[in-house]
Amino acid sequence: MEKFEVFEGVGVPLRRSNVDTDQIIPAVYLKRITKTGFEDALFASWRNDPEFVLNQPAYAHGEVLFAGPDFGTGSSREHAVWALRDYGFKAVFAPKFADIFRGNSGKQGLVTGEVSDADIEAIWQKLEANPGEKATVDLVAKEVRVADLTVPFAIDEYTRWRLLEGLDDIGLTLRDEQSITDFEAKRESWRPKTLPAKGA
Amino acid sequence: MTQNPLTLAEKVWNDHLVVKGEGDAPDLLYIDLHLVHEVTSPQAFDGLRLAGRPVRRPDLTIATEDHNTPTWDIDKPIADPTSRTQIEALRHNTKEFGIRIHSLGDIEQGIVHVVGPQLGLTMPGITVVCGDSHTSTHGAFGALAMGIGTSEVEHVLATQTLPLKAFKTMAINVEGTLRPGVTAKDIILAVIAKIGTGGGQGYVLEYRGSAIRALSMEARMTICNMSIEAGARAGMVAPDETTYEYLKGRPHAPEGADWEAAVKYWNTLPTDEGAKFDAEVFLDANTLDPFVTWGTNPGQGVSLLDSVPNPENIEDPNERAAAERALEYMDLAAGTPMKSIKVDTVFLGSCTNSRIEDLRAAAAIVEGKQKAEGVRFMVVPGSARVRLQAEAEGLDKIFKDFGAEWRFAGCSMCLGMNPDQLAPGERAASTSNRNFEGRQGKGARTHLVSPLVAAATAIRGTLSAPADLEGN
Repeated sequence: MEKFEVFEGVGVPLRRSNVDTDQIIPAVYLKRITKTGFEDALFASWRNDPEFVLNQPAYAHGEVLFAGPDFGTGSSREHAVWALRDYGFKAVFAPKFADIFRGNSGKQGLVTGEVSDADIEAIWQKLEANPGEKATVDLVAKEVRVADLTVPFAIDEYTRWRLLEGLDDIGLTLRDEQSITDFEAKRESWRPKTLPAKGA
Repeated sequence: MTQNPLTLAEKVWNDHLVVKGEGDAPDLLYIDLHLVHEVTSPQAFDGLRLAGRPVRRPDLTIATEDHNTPTWDIDKPIADPTSRTQIEALRHNTKEFGIRIHSLGDIEQGIVHVVGPQLGLTMPGITVVCGDSHTSTHGAFGALAMGIGTSEVEHVLATQTLPLKAFKTMAINVEGTLRPGVTAKDIILAVIAKIGTGGGQGYVLEYRGSAIRALSMEARMTICNMSIEAGARAGMVAPDETTYEYLKGRPHAPEGADWEAAVKYWNTLPTDEGAKFDAEVFLDANTLDPFVTWGTNPGQGVSLLDSVPNPENIEDPNERAAAERALEYMDLAAGTPMKSIKVDTVFLGSCTNSRIEDLRAAAAIVEGKQKAEGVRFMVVPGSARVRLQAEAEGLDKIFKDFGAEWRFAGCSMCLGMNPDQLAPGERAASTSNRNFEGRQGKGARTHLVSPLVAAATAIRGTLSAPADLEGN
């Protein structure tokens, strides 16, 4: 995973709340077995609407997304994060994120920052006043800057550390392999085992 | 009272702690059971291959094919090439990594959340994960069961553990007795309408109270299944005699001395008297009506006796805007009585409501009745075994005589990854879990309902409760 410190890119105002992962990427696009190439699937139904924000030339190369509360609800599909990433987004800001989506994002290097309702409104207004305006995501200072506006964002410290260091989760866990083996040695015999298969 | 009273969720959590996280770091938890399906796993297996890592515990892992599988002509090759590719990838990956799989046509095939409990693999006091948000279903047994993303699937395959941040706990107290025609589905739709799609965020929900204790295991699964629609990471019900009775004798349930040891442990799991929840919600079962959704998220629900709400009366500006958008998408006017809404299709199925009790309840309503003209009624059992059981009881005949399509097991129209989709503009009463825009087909409109409301709606053609059928 690449290290993330400070990033500057085109800010996109998405004035919608409750953006569920079926909207971020509809189920028909989940059939691929690759981990990349989902850029065409991002917000696929909404992109049929010429008025949709990403269809406006100023936002076509958006890299920092600003959305309403409860972003990423619904299905656990990590494809939602891949689609955002493949399109070019490096960070998403919203007043509130769904837990699974936020977890998935951190693992793929996509920053999810929580900002207040008032701040997201202020950022939307800045971006709409000057479409194509860039946003600076500063993970070191935990703030996002748009024009003359500087807004703090919240992100849990552990995820932030991993993003700053570019650390892979599995590698981190495997440093504790002895503890896993010790735990397994005490695992009770009544606990489930799928093998040998019973039933049919 | 115990010295340090704990909730059910905290007990299960503590008993799976491999490494306690220091400072802000998450805890590392051991995973007892990993369920796998074809949609969220291919990239995880690829990740293992790239890193040269094996699956640590194939004996705690099991795969089924469900999201893409056709529900007609299952003996023919899957027509859609991308669906076929995904299924073939799962078959190849499970073979390469030594994982048990139940493929289309196998008697144990079915929706992953129906198969786990059916095999007796899901049991109290364990941790269960799957790359599917409806993994919360398994919490009905008093298991801590969570949906995870593909990176986490890879993590569990490689390490049989998951780094997790401690959750807050929320008690959902449902007291009283449900009236006839009111079911577990109505309880959970009412809970989500009450706390909202983000209301459970950061919490593990524990469903408690006399109304929950009175429910069967399958009804408890319906409730826990939709915990994720309230934004929660998991939902749980404390194990009791109902749980043990359901589990005992199933293929993978503990036997003999193991069973005795397990029950002894399971009896220690219910939340201690005096344990503190971070939040509490109360719902009166006595006054609950059948619940249905009018909008495009599962929190946008009302009593079936009510009308489509007016967005102008919603104070929160985000909620109001969402309601306005929803009414436009759903092509509904504020003030329309819910019971006057006509549907084109009725879907009985999904990991929420496709178990044998759901099919029995719906069959009892439609038996000997006439289906409303022009309404399509799809019945999709949750697993091959549920289908066989229903056929042994003659339910298939009741459904077919009524004019329903009697199909093979899978996720089907719940998310329309296979050919089972609604046409643009089509309206459905669906026993599934999500009424999102386009979920059941591009431009499709979904009303979430219980199996009883689904059956009554298929008879009358408009959203209806069994009580509306008198005289039909």
